[in-house]
Amino acid sequence: MRTTILALMGLAIGAAALLALAGGAAAQGPAPSDDDVNAIAKGLYCPVCENIPLDVCPTQACAQWRETIRLKLSEGWSEQQIKDYFVEQYGARVLATPPAKGLNWLVYVLPPVAFLAGAALLFRTLRGWRRAATTSTPAAPLASDDPYVRRLEDELRRQG
Amino acid sequence: MTEAQTNAPGSPGTGRRWGVVLVWLAVLGLLAILGIGLIRSTQGPVGVGSKPDPFTLRTFDGVEYDTAELVGQVVLINFWASWCKPCEQEAAELEQAYQQFKDQGVVFLGVNYVDTEPEARAYLERFGITYPNGPDLGTRISQAFRIRGVPETYILGPDGRMAHVKIGPYTSLDEIVQAIRAAQAP
Repeated sequence: MRTTILALMGLAIGAAALLALAGGAAAQGPAPSDDDVNAIAKGLYCPVCENIPLDVCPTQACAQWRETIRLKLSEGWSEQQIKDYFVEQYGARVLATPPAKGLNWLVYVLPPVAFLAGAALLFRTLRGWRRAATTSTPAAPLASDDPYVRRLEDELRRQG
Repeated sequence: MTEAQTNAPGSPGTGRRWGVVLVWLAVLGLLAILGIGLIRSTQGPVGVGSKPDPFTLRTFDGVEYDTAELVGQVVLINFWASWCKPCEQEAAELEQAYQQFKDQGVVFLGVNYVDTEPEARAYLERFGITYPNGPDLGTRISQAFRIRGVPETYILGPDGRMAHVKIGPYTSLDEIVQAIRAAQAP
């Protein structure tokens, strides 16, 4: 009886250890690769190195940021969670695509509006030119009472 | 078509005129926004004599400092980063100055600019810095001071006005001491 209890206890402890190991492995996941890190880093910009995406920025500050991304990924954070963290820490200007808030709306609204306005203007101008061409009146006959015309006709008649 | 007909409300002429006015308003508004942005970007850091807006710094240890509550004291604000090599030149001297002035109504605040916390903490430990330091969350403080890089140091006088601005690292302890003494002087 005692042996059976000990065996059962051993089994239970073994099973618990296995479960803990499996759980730990699932939470930790595989180590994030450089590609995983760069996939997120290319959507971020360090304020110190203007106009250089984080995935190709060679400075120490950017290297530290990439390590932060790697750390967060290894902790199971999603891309959005990591981006939110960077925005909270360093401001929205670190995002390659600015959020559509406040004056940032202009970035999204102005180009299509300007394009449509330009297209409308071009369409109206072309239509106006076409209408002018089709409705243009034929040249008016020369007025017979014009002294120059009369003189020219007389000359032609004389020579002909 | 008569003049009265052209200006009649709802007529195509009136609509076109309003359209032109709206387009011009939009263009002028856009130019104004661009102009304001351009002025801001070329303004340079806040100058001596100006009164910067108060800010709150939450240190790495979780203590909050509100500069609005520090009026009456001299406040030295140093912007730094662990990746900044010139910052290392003045790190030890700043700590020495803090030790010298901490009991004389002078507050030192280190603002950690665009940095990661583990590296920032390691930097503080490496240089034995004990005065309050915290991250510039959202780069709000550095934007308010319009800093151009690190290190930059600003000293507020007891009246809350800017008494001293240093762009780049201090070269000696004496330079820091003189700047603080000048800010303390009535």
